[in-house]
Amino acid sequence: MSIFEYNGSAVVAMVGKNCFAIASDRRLGVQLQTIATDFQRISKIHDRVFIGLSGLATDVQTLYQRLVFRHKLYQLREERDMKPETFASLVSAILYEKRFGPYLCQPVIAGLGEDDKPFICTMDSIGAKELAKDFVVSGTASESLYGACEAMYKPDMEAEELFETISQALLSSVDRDCLSGWGGHVYVVTPTEIKERILKGRMD
Amino acid sequence: MECVFGLVGDGFAIVAADTSAVHSILVHKNNEDKIMVLDSHKLIAASGEPGDRVQFTEYVQKNVSLYQFRNGIPLTTAAAANFTRGELATALRKNPYSVNILMAGYDKEAGASLYYIDYIATLHKVDKGAFGYGSYFSLSTMDRHYRSDMSVEEAIELVDKCILEIRSRLVIAPPNFVIKIVDKDGAREHAWRQSVQDVTTASL
Repeated sequence: MSIFEYNGSAVVAMVGKNCFAIASDRRLGVQLQTIATDFQRISKIHDRVFIGLSGLATDVQTLYQRLVFRHKLYQLREERDMKPETFASLVSAILYEKRFGPYLCQPVIAGLGEDDKPFICTMDSIGAKELAKDFVVSGTASESLYGACEAMYKPDMEAEELFETISQALLSSVDRDCLSGWGGHVYVVTPTEIKERILKGRMD
Repeated sequence: MECVFGLVGDGFAIVAADTSAVHSILVHKNNEDKIMVLDSHKLIAASGEPGDRVQFTEYVQKNVSLYQFRNGIPLTTAAAANFTRGELATALRKNPYSVNILMAGYDKEAGASLYYIDYIATLHKVDKGAFGYGSYFSLSTMDRHYRSDMSVEEAIELVDKCILEIRSRLVIAPPNFVIKIVDKDGAREHAWRQSVQDVTTASL
């Protein structure tokens, strides 16, 4: 079994009309055994940038702590929040620093940039950025997620419709993956508010 | 194989651990205490490589005491758990410790809490947790009977159910267990469950 599949995870982000949604599953497992069903994989960096980390849970936690630290320093020095594109470059640089002993995570970054234009990107465990205009996925359920998102996505969805779409895509994908699931955690972010919702899916 | 498990009840947390010290096919002793009292209101139940287990938990205990001496107030359970995770995470890519930890503690504000800390430094706050082959039996038994507002008597009954399950279903089941509890009155030993006692030639 690959070390990326040790804990199990699924993360997806989608772009809507002046909004974005980022969702993850809630399972924390140790190979075949489920340890917890309320594990947080998505973290807020600031009101307009979120990062979802899939992969090995210990590196998810370490990397999150390092990124929050770097962002807080940035806020102190620049007296403003980081733009999502800048934050993505920061994550990429931090991952590539460990090129020959990497953090075993695949981040999904989603944010609202200038003029409330949504930005999403994903990268592999050594920081190769993959920008997309529609959706990005990562985790053990990524192949199912690609299929589900490709089928369900349409451009310029409003926040409510985007929430429905990303939830259905997430739940149907994790149902085909034994290592991820046990519900879902969805954040829908518009320029004015952040809506956090917990999904109840198949609890197995 | 080492069995450690624990759960949180109404204003208390209980942890139980087997007490066999085993080297290959030989049982060196069967009253080895694997639950260390960290400070007045914290317990660490550890399982894993014997040298690492003792060295690492003593290291954590001394650092927790040092903090208290330097700052005049004790660490909260969450802080101690995060400190432990940090030490494991730092050592992970240099000189890893093979120790799995369940940290139970009581704080005035937060109440009783239990933290699951993997040997690869995955940290998660849980209501019930377990390590080892025994976890396959104890986690399922706890899933079936656990409620969040259990009294001490009900929790001890559940712990006994788990011990019975481990003894009857695990092929090399440890004969003896120690149960420790932490609540507002502090961390202390609660009971032993012994089916085999040390035999000396004098007693024969």
